[in-house]
Amino acid sequence: MTIPIEYYLILSGFMFLTGVVGVLTRRNAIVVFMSIELMLNSADLTFVAFSSYLGNSIGQVFVFFVMTVAAAEAAVGLAIIIAVFRNKKTVNIDEINILKW
Amino acid sequence: MELKYLFNSLPYIKPELILAASLVIIVVADLIITKKKELLHYIALAGIIAAGYFVLEQFSMNAFAFSSSGNKGMLTVDSMGAFFKGLVLTASFFVFLFSFSSNEINESRSKLGEYYALLFGMILGMFFMISASDLILVYVSMELVSLSSYVLAGITKQSLRNSEASLKYLIYGAVSSGIMLFGISLIFGITGSTNLYEINYILRSPETNRVILLLAGLLVFTGIGYKISAAPFHFWTPDVYEGAPITITAFLSVASKSAGFVLLIRFIKVAFIQNSLNGYWQLLPAVDWKTILLVLSILTMTLGNFAALWQDNLKRMLAYSSIAHAGYMLAAMAVLSNQGLIAILIYFAIYLFMNLGAFFVVMLISNKIGSEEIDNFDGLGYASPFLGVSFAIFLVSLTGLPPTAGFIGKLYIFIALVDAKMFLLSVIMVLNSVVSLYYYMRVLKHLFLRKAEGAPIELKVSFPNAVVLLMLVIPVLVLGLYFTPLVEFAKNSISVLGF
Repeated sequence: MTIPIEYYLILSGFMFLTGVVGVLTRRNAIVVFMSIELMLNSADLTFVAFSSYLGNSIGQVFVFFVMTVAAAEAAVGLAIIIAVFRNKKTVNIDEINILKW
Repeated sequence: MELKYLFNSLPYIKPELILAASLVIIVVADLIITKKKELLHYIALAGIIAAGYFVLEQFSMNAFAFSSSGNKGMLTVDSMGAFFKGLVLTASFFVFLFSFSSNEINESRSKLGEYYALLFGMILGMFFMISASDLILVYVSMELVSLSSYVLAGITKQSLRNSEASLKYLIYGAVSSGIMLFGISLIFGITGSTNLYEINYILRSPETNRVILLLAGLLVFTGIGYKISAAPFHFWTPDVYEGAPITITAFLSVASKSAGFVLLIRFIKVAFIQNSLNGYWQLLPAVDWKTILLVLSILTMTLGNFAALWQDNLKRMLAYSSIAHAGYMLAAMAVLSNQGLIAILIYFAIYLFMNLGAFFVVMLISNKIGSEEIDNFDGLGYASPFLGVSFAIFLVSLTGLPPTAGFIGKLYIFIALVDAKMFLLSVIMVLNSVVSLYYYMRVLKHLFLRKAEGAPIELKVSFPNAVVLLMLVIPVLVLGLYFTPLVEFAKNSISVLGF
């Protein structure tokens, strides 16, 4: 028995929305960052689902690239968060506000 | 894909190979050279010039590179790409020259190697972004540009302003690239391909799901809109431009934006075109790009100009002004014709000189007084008349008044709009230019009409800096009067491969 593609798409759409809501509502930079990873993973799930549905391997190749880029992004992101923390002693994005309007 | 195809494609990516080699050379040189780090400036300049030589070759090329089957490749090498690659290289050349005398960069001299290595990474990413015709390459090259620029925005690390800019850039950038990736996954789901040419071929069949395609198109546009800082994806622009070192700000405002625009042009002109009639592009009915671009361009230029009105920090004001300029160029894009495309090319070539020039003058002054606040610029036009007058020329050009080059850029966009009978947009554009006059002239008022408080400041422009400044002022003045060569050049460089 195969799982229909709609199930995967609904799951990935839900994951994507969770990520977006997390980015918009959470105030801790690290949690925001985790939400962004969730958005990337939802796109990965869509790629893999379509790839297996269409019998086309390009989607799976794409996922490898996305995973590599996501790892690089996490490395750079955490380094930047540490740089901010050294200067400001907080990672709450509401308190990081010297640049505005 | 056989190895033979890979080797056959190498001649098409000579500039990229040079850039990658320069990156490696700089990293190694940074390890070897311990005393005279200044040498890195010259190595970087040499790399740019060498890459420029090979870009010149590409103006006459028209080919796919890295194609696995038939003629659909990962990369397209065409004259429009070559034009924008030349633009990016010119911008990098000037930014490297600025870096010689930037206080922010000289204060962290130990990081000069990383600074240039990351800049080369960014230029390499832009080159691939400019010629990418496959969504995989689009995504990876965009991330290469973004990741390098996140780090570069916070490279000096000492000031909170720097790291805050870097963090904000990172969060906005990562979110928009995540959204774009989801859009790409939907496009892949509809068409089963990631190649823009194949996508176009499949979308021509009538049974595509239009709702999903519209959603996917908008999601992808979010990622591109973030790169060109179009409203409503512009929120990072003022913060990052204000917080980042000024050389990086100047580079982002010109090079990053131009790479984003090429991506937009290629995405719409290759994936969504039906046919081209008398130079007007008939797009597939699936997504109404014309309305989307029209609305966003009005939003972008109006928001950029009105928000710039009450900025007291010059870098921040120039950030909003760069948003407004993105709006003008989006207006030319909304025409969806070859004439609009020519107008974009002309505008970008002119925008490069005037915007880099404005940032250079701000950098030279803030090197001396340690601030970019407009109130601290009072009376400085008399401290160094040369600097003051060139700043005035750049600002007049940014407003778009004759006899400067900015006027020619606006004129061509205006002609394209009127020819396409888009009168509303052209009127809004003119009104926006009037609004922009206020905040550009306000700077000149501070420079020339206000008296400086306290002791007069000595402002001396060193000879090399004066030469760089002249290299920026002269094109702005000359292109305002003698612009035919540029127009002809732009007309010859609009061929996008395939259509």
